[in-house]
Amino acid sequence: MAHDTHIHVRSQAEFEYAKKKRAEEMRGHLATFAIMIFLTLVAFTMVAAGFSAYLIVPIILLLAGIQVILQLYYFMHMSGKGHGMVAFFMFCGMFVAFITVLALVTIVWW
Amino acid sequence: MDINQRYTPQSWPEHPETATMEGKNKFIGFWLLLAAETVTFASLFATYLALKDKGPSGMEFSAAGLFELPLVFAMTMILLTSSLTSVYAMYHMKNHNFKAMQAWLGITVLLGATFLGLEIYEFNHYVHLGFGYTNSAFSSAFYTLVGTHGAHVLFGLSWFIALMLRNAKRGLNMYNAPKFYLASLYWHFIDVVWVFIFTVVYLMGVIG
Amino acid sequence: MSSIAQKKGFGATIWDFMTTVDHKKIAILYLISGGFFFLVGGLEAMLIRVQLATAGNDFLSAGTYNEIITMHGTTMIFLAAMPILLAFMNAIMPLQIGARDVAFPFLNSLGFWLFFFGGIFLNLSWFMGGAPDAGWTNYASLALASEGHGIDFYSLGLTISGFGTLIAGINFLVTIINMRAPGMTYMRMPLFTWTTFVASALILLAFPPLTVGLFFMVFDRMFGASFFAVEMGGNTIIWEHLFWIFGHPEVYILILPAFGIFSEIFAIFSRKRLFGYTALVFATILIGFYGFMVWAHHMFTVGLGPTANAVFALATMIIAVPTGIKIFNWLLTIWGGNISFTTPMIYAVAFIPSFVAGGVTGVMQAIAPLDYQLHDSYFIVAHFHYVIVGGVVLAILAGTHLYWPKMFGTMLSEKLGKWTFWFFFIGFHLTFFIQHFLGLMGMPRRVYTFGADQGWDLFNAISSAGAVLMAIGVIILLVNVVMTSIKNERVGNDPWGDGRTLEWAIASPPPFYNFAQTPLVRGLDTFWIEKMDGNKKGMIYAEPLGDIHMPNGSIIPFVISLGMFIASFGALYFLDGDKPWALAVLIIGLVITFGSMLVRSLKDDLGFHITKAELLEDAKGGNTDGH
Repeated sequence: MAHDTHIHVRSQAEFEYAKKKRAEEMRGHLATFAIMIFLTLVAFTMVAAGFSAYLIVPIILLLAGIQVILQLYYFMHMSGKGHGMVAFFMFCGMFVAFITVLALVTIVWW
Repeated sequence: MDINQRYTPQSWPEHPETATMEGKNKFIGFWLLLAAETVTFASLFATYLALKDKGPSGMEFSAAGLFELPLVFAMTMILLTSSLTSVYAMYHMKNHNFKAMQAWLGITVLLGATFLGLEIYEFNHYVHLGFGYTNSAFSSAFYTLVGTHGAHVLFGLSWFIALMLRNAKRGLNMYNAPKFYLASLYWHFIDVVWVFIFTVVYLMGVIG
Repeated sequence: MSSIAQKKGFGATIWDFMTTVDHKKIAILYLISGGFFFLVGGLEAMLIRVQLATAGNDFLSAGTYNEIITMHGTTMIFLAAMPILLAFMNAIMPLQIGARDVAFPFLNSLGFWLFFFGGIFLNLSWFMGGAPDAGWTNYASLALASEGHGIDFYSLGLTISGFGTLIAGINFLVTIINMRAPGMTYMRMPLFTWTTFVASALILLAFPPLTVGLFFMVFDRMFGASFFAVEMGGNTIIWEHLFWIFGHPEVYILILPAFGIFSEIFAIFSRKRLFGYTALVFATILIGFYGFMVWAHHMFTVGLGPTANAVFALATMIIAVPTGIKIFNWLLTIWGGNISFTTPMIYAVAFIPSFVAGGVTGVMQAIAPLDYQLHDSYFIVAHFHYVIVGGVVLAILAGTHLYWPKMFGTMLSEKLGKWTFWFFFIGFHLTFFIQHFLGLMGMPRRVYTFGADQGWDLFNAISSAGAVLMAIGVIILLVNVVMTSIKNERVGNDPWGDGRTLEWAIASPPPFYNFAQTPLVRGLDTFWIEKMDGNKKGMIYAEPLGDIHMPNGSIIPFVISLGMFIASFGALYFLDGDKPWALAVLIIGLVITFGSMLVRSLKDDLGFHITKAELLEDAKGGNTDGH
């Protein structure tokens, strides 16, 4: 069961194609990284500039959310093939995470 | 078939991390662990938010007065960059370029270690100000949340180093490719958590 | 155990079990240790009922009584009910989906040993300065004030065994996702596999909050943190939330596998396909989801405010809907079936009214204003014993009879099984039904005695008498186990004659490599389909007979867990101040744990192959043990 993969040696064309695809993907990752750095800069700048908290908090939370989606879907390939169950359980985890945070910031009886 | 079977870039499969049954199992199992970790960190964040700025009457510390953004900004940049370098490492893993992968992992480890050093410096700084672990509910919650993240960084570094050393002579094969892949997933997850820490703890802390 | 295993020396057998990574042997380990803790918890229950048998009794002191109720609850939930269910999951689920083993055999063993050492650690508190005494919920306001090391035993012991359970949960999930036999689609999985899947998902997402809460407790009590210390700005409600965010899904972690076992029993002994299989599956998933949205109904009287109470009351009532769907599906499975009242079937039939009673009182408590009256009274005690005993324990007893032949290759006596049932069932209702009324009459739970003028004497005496009947039932079961083991009459693949799913298509007990050839699944109740088609070979197989790769056994899981066990003692005594050896013990324990992990990661462990020739030999000789 464990090591029963057969070795498939790819033709030169296949190999070149796969390599090119990976290189393209890597360029995409670089762009993702640039966006992440940009979002981080925006968040820090907004706080440093001292806007109203009511404006900043929702925006930086949104930026954090976008960054997480970028990490999960691009760096961690969660949209890729064979990630269906993975995505399902990650979303279940986020759901439980969300209600946990919600409960402890709203109903802890101060 | 031998798990230490040698491969060439030509015979190396497109998704070496899930090419074997063991790899597939590890892959799913590790993602499930990350789902559990999500809930773990949510519990820590929730507790931190509930206890933020709470302490014995007359406590002099508050998030707004304590945290300084320049250091946090540097730490954020370093960790984000290390996320990218681990992506590069996986790019070379898929190209079956072992040396390049090891090199990028080495850079990742260096960045991670710098991050950890800065975090220790930061904690040390706060403790010297009198903001110790037992100072208040706020300090306990802060150090436990950020410290748990730091412990994850430490574990991730040890994992990378152990993998690099163990496989230095062996090179890439079907047995260790999933392990490298999972370690890099773990590293991205650490970055995800840090995104929330710098947003929720530091940025929202400074706002007050 | 096969006859070959018995020929081995006693020491060799012990070593075999300590190093095994075979899911069937790990199942036996879970069953034995879970059964042992079940007896310990039962003994504690008997002590409680002796103390409460008469008014003003001084059989137990107030302090000892607190320790006993705490340990009774903790032991029964964490160390008895869950491990025994994990035993059935381990023994049956991989067979039901036609898998070679679980996805991570090594981790399976690690999970067991972590649970085992955690449980032993917790129970050693009795001999080392006193057991925990803040109730199984361990509310922080009580727990922080508790003197001695009882609470520390609770926190550290449950942390260790909690890691074990989490590992088991992940393992089962991956097994079900990745290792189903060809043709075994999700909607062809037997109900027990489905409930294992959903319960494991709940384990995955519910145990982290508990672990975090326990860590807070450890830090607060030992390292001067102040998560729950109000004078330092802490908040005890945080513990209650974290505990119940775990605690309510935990109830479903227990009851869903019980539902699974009963679903199998109803189908087998009614000789009918399950009525509304799809509805049963979706009800299971729905219960899993809702399970995370109702936890605050344990906290109605905390004062979370009318909005929170209303939301959680509503969510709690909604969860009765999928449960009701299941009840009707089971009734309609029996309806018109060709029923045989074997021991497991009697349990299953008795489960329905018992569990419905517990469910109805649950909906009563979901009404927040009424819960203000019922809270912390014996009505609550009656309710949760109706669901846990009337649901989970009946399922465990039924499952023990049903799966005993598959696990050990010999049938438990039907006659003694029925005696067990009647004693246990009558005793159960006698003990707990009357406690509803005690609760309505105002008797508070967790109080060690009551006065003669309060009018609770007779009902408490009846309740204690019922407990004696339950104890007799369990003793008869033990006698049954001993007698059948001595007689050891071997049985074939399908001892009940009406097995429907894959586990009944393989020898009892199965060979250590499970199916020599992976079976091909042609539909729901796949073995039944082959039987109806008159397939003499048992199953159609998806692959030709060939070499099988198997993992090596390993002592490392045992050593890792032992290291954590030792380290826990160091952590426990670390801050006493007068025990300089504590730090050394802590370090030694951690070195053992991490050292053995390192050995595991650096060493190549390639496993071994069973050749086709050996498999053919096996098929002739009936060797099922691999030695």
